[in-house]
Amino acid sequence: MFSVDPIILFFLFGIFAGVMRTELRLPSQAYEMISILLLITIGLKGGIELAKQPFGDLLPQIAAIAAIGFITPLIAFPILRYAGRFKRADAASIAAHYGSVSVGTFAVVIAYMESRNIPYEEHMALLLVVLEIPAILVGIMLARGISKETQWGKVSHEVFLGKGVLLLVGGLLIGWMSGPTGLESIEPLFFDLFKGVLALFLLEMGVITAAQLGSLKKYGPFLVVFGVAMPIFLALISAPIGWSLGLSVGGTAIFATLVASASYIAVPAAMRISVPEANPTLSLTASLGITFPFNILMGIPLYYYFAEQAHTLLGG
Amino acid sequence: MSVYQRKLLTIITETILEAALIKDIEQLGARGYTITDVRGKGDRGTRSASWDSSANIRIEIICDANICDKIVLHLKEHYYKNYAMITYILNADVLRSDKF
Repeated sequence: MFSVDPIILFFLFGIFAGVMRTELRLPSQAYEMISILLLITIGLKGGIELAKQPFGDLLPQIAAIAAIGFITPLIAFPILRYAGRFKRADAASIAAHYGSVSVGTFAVVIAYMESRNIPYEEHMALLLVVLEIPAILVGIMLARGISKETQWGKVSHEVFLGKGVLLLVGGLLIGWMSGPTGLESIEPLFFDLFKGVLALFLLEMGVITAAQLGSLKKYGPFLVVFGVAMPIFLALISAPIGWSLGLSVGGTAIFATLVASASYIAVPAAMRISVPEANPTLSLTASLGITFPFNILMGIPLYYYFAEQAHTLLGG
Repeated sequence: MSVYQRKLLTIITETILEAALIKDIEQLGARGYTITDVRGKGDRGTRSASWDSSANIRIEIICDANICDKIVLHLKEHYYKNYAMITYILNADVLRSDKF
C-alpha cells in the first residue's frame, strides 16, 4: 500500500489548516519549547557520534561545508540581482538565506533516513552548525560591502549566540561529553519522542508556511522558480562533493539536503538587524513558502536519488 | 494627594529589536521600562506573533518630558525607516517623583 511518512501528513495538515484560515495554531510558547527540544536532540545525536571518532578526520568535511556556505550566496546573489531584478539589499538577504541551512529540513531528512533504515554519518549535526554561519557574513557584505557602519560585534553576537546555534552547539557538547551510555537517562525525552515532537513542529510549520503563501501572488513567478530551481541545483552539485568526502549514500543525501535547504530562523534574525532595509517578507516567502515545503515533500527523495546516482556513477 | 507630571511613552515594534532598544533607552536616561508580547495589524501586515519573525512587543516607559523627547527623536532617526514601529505619548500622573 502507498504509504506516506506521518510527519509529512502533519505538515500537509498544517498547510490545510492555514489555508482554510482555521484557528489551529500551537501556542507560541509550545512552539518554542518544541524547537528547543528538536535542536537539542539534533545536537545530542551528533555529539554522541563525535565522541566516537577523532575530530581531525572530520576537518575535510567541515572545511568543505564552510566553503560551500561562503560560495552559495555568491552564486545566488547575481541571479537574484540581475535575473530577478531585486534591489541589492533584497538580493543579498535572499542569497544569505539560501547559503545557510534549515534545521527543520535537516530533522525531516534524518527522520527519512531512520524510517527507511538507511545508514548515515550521525555527526552531520556538526556540519549543520558550521553551515549556518558563513552565508550570514557573506550576505551582509554583499548588501553593504565591508562597511564601517556594520556593527560586527552585534552581528557576531546574533550569529554565534543566536538561539539556534547556541542550542545545537550545547547539545553537541553535552552529547560529546556524556557519550551514549551517559545519555541513556534522558533518552526517553529527547530520542524516543523525536518523531512525535517533529510531527508537532511540522504541523505548526505547515500553518506558518500557509501564511507565507499569501505573499506569493504579490512577488510573482520568479521567486517560485528560484525557490525550486536553486535547491535542486545546489543538491546536484553537492552530491558528488559528498561522495568525494567519503560519505555513505545516506550521508551524501543529508549533505546535499543541508546545502539545498534555506534558513528561516537564524538568517532572518541576523539580516533584520544587520540589513534592515531588506524586505523580510521576500526572503521568508521564498525560503518558507516555497523551498521548505518543496524540500520536505519532493526534495529529500530527489536528493537521495542524486546521492545514489553519484555513488553509482563515481563508484564507491 | 500630590501628583507629579510625567510622560508615558509607548513603543510597539518588532520583537527582534528588543535588546537593541533596551540598550538605547537606558543610555538615553530612562530609569525603567515594561515589555509585553503583543500582536496586531498595521501598515506592514498582520503581526500574528505565531513565531519569532512575526512577533511584536510593546515597551512602556514612564519618564520626564525631556528624556521622552530624546528617546522619540532617537527612534525616529534610527528605526522608523526600516522597521515596523509606532510610538505615542500620553501624560501620566505619578505619585513618586523620585522614581521616574
